[in-house]
Amino acid sequence: MKTSRRAFLKSLAGSGGALLATGIPCAQARMSKELPAQAVGLLYDATLCVGCKSCMVNCKKENSVPGGALYKKGMTAPPYERGPKGDEAIWDAPRELSGKTLNIIKVYKNGNCQQKDRAVDGYAFFKQQCLHCVSPACVSVCPAGAFRKDPATGAVYYLADKCIGCRYCQLACPFGIPRYEWDSAWPEVRKCQLCRHRYHEGKYAACAEFCPTGATIFGKVVELRAEAKRRLALRPGESYDFPLQRVDATEKTRRAAAKYADGVYGLIEAGGTQNIMLSGVSFDLLGFRKNIAKFDLPSLTWGYIAKIPWVFAGVFLGGTAIYKATHRSDKEG
Amino acid sequence: MKDLTKYLGPRYGGAAKQLAEDFRKNGLGMDMTRYLGPRYGELLNKLLDDSISAHLGIKMNTPFTLALVALIGVAALIAVYRLLFGIGAASNLNDAWPWGLWISFDVLGGVAMAAGAFLIAAAVYIFNWKKYKCIARASILNAFFGYLLAAISITLDVGRSFVIWHPLVMWQLNSVMFIVALHLVLYLTTLGTESSPMVFEKLGWQGALSFVNRCMVGVVMFGVALSLLHQSSLGANYLIVPGKLNPIWYSHLLPYHFLVSAIMLGLALVSFETLLTGKVFNHKVPREVIEGLARGVMIVGSFYLFLKIWHLATGPGLGAVLDGSFLGNLYLIEMVVGVIVPLSLLCLRSVRTNLNRIFAVDIMVVLGVLLNRMNVGISGVSEYATGSGGDYFPSLMELALTVGMIAFAILGFKICAKYLNLFPETHH
Repeated sequence: MKTSRRAFLKSLAGSGGALLATGIPCAQARMSKELPAQAVGLLYDATLCVGCKSCMVNCKKENSVPGGALYKKGMTAPPYERGPKGDEAIWDAPRELSGKTLNIIKVYKNGNCQQKDRAVDGYAFFKQQCLHCVSPACVSVCPAGAFRKDPATGAVYYLADKCIGCRYCQLACPFGIPRYEWDSAWPEVRKCQLCRHRYHEGKYAACAEFCPTGATIFGKVVELRAEAKRRLALRPGESYDFPLQRVDATEKTRRAAAKYADGVYGLIEAGGTQNIMLSGVSFDLLGFRKNIAKFDLPSLTWGYIAKIPWVFAGVFLGGTAIYKATHRSDKEG
Repeated sequence: MKDLTKYLGPRYGGAAKQLAEDFRKNGLGMDMTRYLGPRYGELLNKLLDDSISAHLGIKMNTPFTLALVALIGVAALIAVYRLLFGIGAASNLNDAWPWGLWISFDVLGGVAMAAGAFLIAAAVYIFNWKKYKCIARASILNAFFGYLLAAISITLDVGRSFVIWHPLVMWQLNSVMFIVALHLVLYLTTLGTESSPMVFEKLGWQGALSFVNRCMVGVVMFGVALSLLHQSSLGANYLIVPGKLNPIWYSHLLPYHFLVSAIMLGLALVSFETLLTGKVFNHKVPREVIEGLARGVMIVGSFYLFLKIWHLATGPGLGAVLDGSFLGNLYLIEMVVGVIVPLSLLCLRSVRTNLNRIFAVDIMVVLGVLLNRMNVGISGVSEYATGSGGDYFPSLMELALTVGMIAFAILGFKICAKYLNLFPETHH
């Protein structure tokens, strides 16, 4: 019995060491807080948006082909929202983001709605979709690695083959973006993937390509941020050449700058996002929450996870010490 | 008795008739070697020998047991429906409320209720506190069923139940949920191993028995580490939602809140379960065990109360829970029923030394901590969720499945009490 106890204690120490060793890869697993050098994104300028919803129509169409964020095997038509009971004909007019809708234009109304982009007695359009966080909560919380951030473009995408459907991504996303296919027996999570399936054809995000006014433009994040900064510096009424479709486009539309409320949305929210927005009406009036953390959310859970190897080490070392102390008197018995 | 040969033909009908006859005469105590051959029949005979618990007087043919079986049957049908038609068809969950009753009660609550096992195991096997040895087996088995309940529920809760094993092979070290999944599987195995001596003893497998007993201390330590992490990681799940969980529950110390309250609940539940089995089965547990557990509840509960007061004082302030709002009131109920009243009662010597009063205190602690888990999981995110256009109350199927899971745990425990030596040393 005595020798076996010694062997046993040895094996305990060994396994404790092994557990500590497995802690090492954790250090490399920590998520990056840096914007990828070639990161791409969208700039949505609500003051240019006329609410035509061309972006919504074409988003659905372009994402319902193989590789698209809405595509499913055997799909023959884009997944249109059905009408209410009794009127189930195709009428695609979604009111919210859903398992069938990745991008939505909504309207803000106040008072007599006389002037666009004014908070009081005015109206404004705004766009909801995945903002492609620099350090995405959905990527960090997924237990099976079904959410990924493209190391080159920074687009946050989804691998249905890995997903187990725990919906932690829905809970964790501070913007409430990921949606679930509640009507399916083998559901997927749906959200904008920045049309990354179109890049290899030389194309880019459909919502930007099909935006007639330049309200949504696609491009490198650094250039989008610079463009947003230039617009914020404009005096209201000053004329400016707004690029169409892409931030580096040669085709531009000249018009008078509106008065912007707030700054650029997406520079600090959740640690920064690759899609950024400008608006004439304050963002919290448009339903964008004020209490969104101004830092990278994954750091909140990382602090916990990094302690795990030490708990194992502590329990095995402390437990062995206590065991030896408390069983000393039993030994001879 | 119907003539089974009519339906099954002379050969199988005759055998079935004989089996039915034998069952009526001897119950499960019939000689299985007649049907299964000497090898497997002998094994089954040993397993089904209930002489070991004869002194407990456990009867299986009672209305209560039949009700449990019925509830489990309903839950099984719901589980099949859920697997065939999807989570959206079976539950009232929606995009604003991705997690509901199954996560909050079955998983957060079920796991917290299982916390007693690692404490008792550590007390007996590591600290060598011999007086708790008589409740070790029961509390570990109890935890095994708590975890089984959580495991089955989360399997049904995820949208793609058949690939729930993915995290085990697709490691994602940033995810608290990955940690939870890994620990759930490992700890269920650990609890199974800790419970296995009862079965090996019964089968007379001396080799396996002595092997498990030799590893036991290491297994117990592994279980302690897993439990500390698992209990706290359920709270750590919510660390990433500072903007969604109401500030009266959200805290950077949430993992510690979950761990300490689970320890308090675990001790209370072991005490509750020991007193309850003492009442329904004919066995007596030394009163110093119950009094010791009550002392444990008091010590850990005081620390929990301190943590919660500290949280209010440094965070949302006392005003946030006293403003008469729905969430504030839920918080007050949870704290008054689960912590403040039990602790005040336990301060009285007359309560601490009276088993019936301790029993009542245990029930309050259990209800209070379970309400805490429901508050964090469901009510605490309601302001965010309803603001996003969602509404949630558990569907009938969600409720019935949860009830069925509880019935499953009770029946499982009862069966084990009948056929295994669950309460060693108490009947000497």
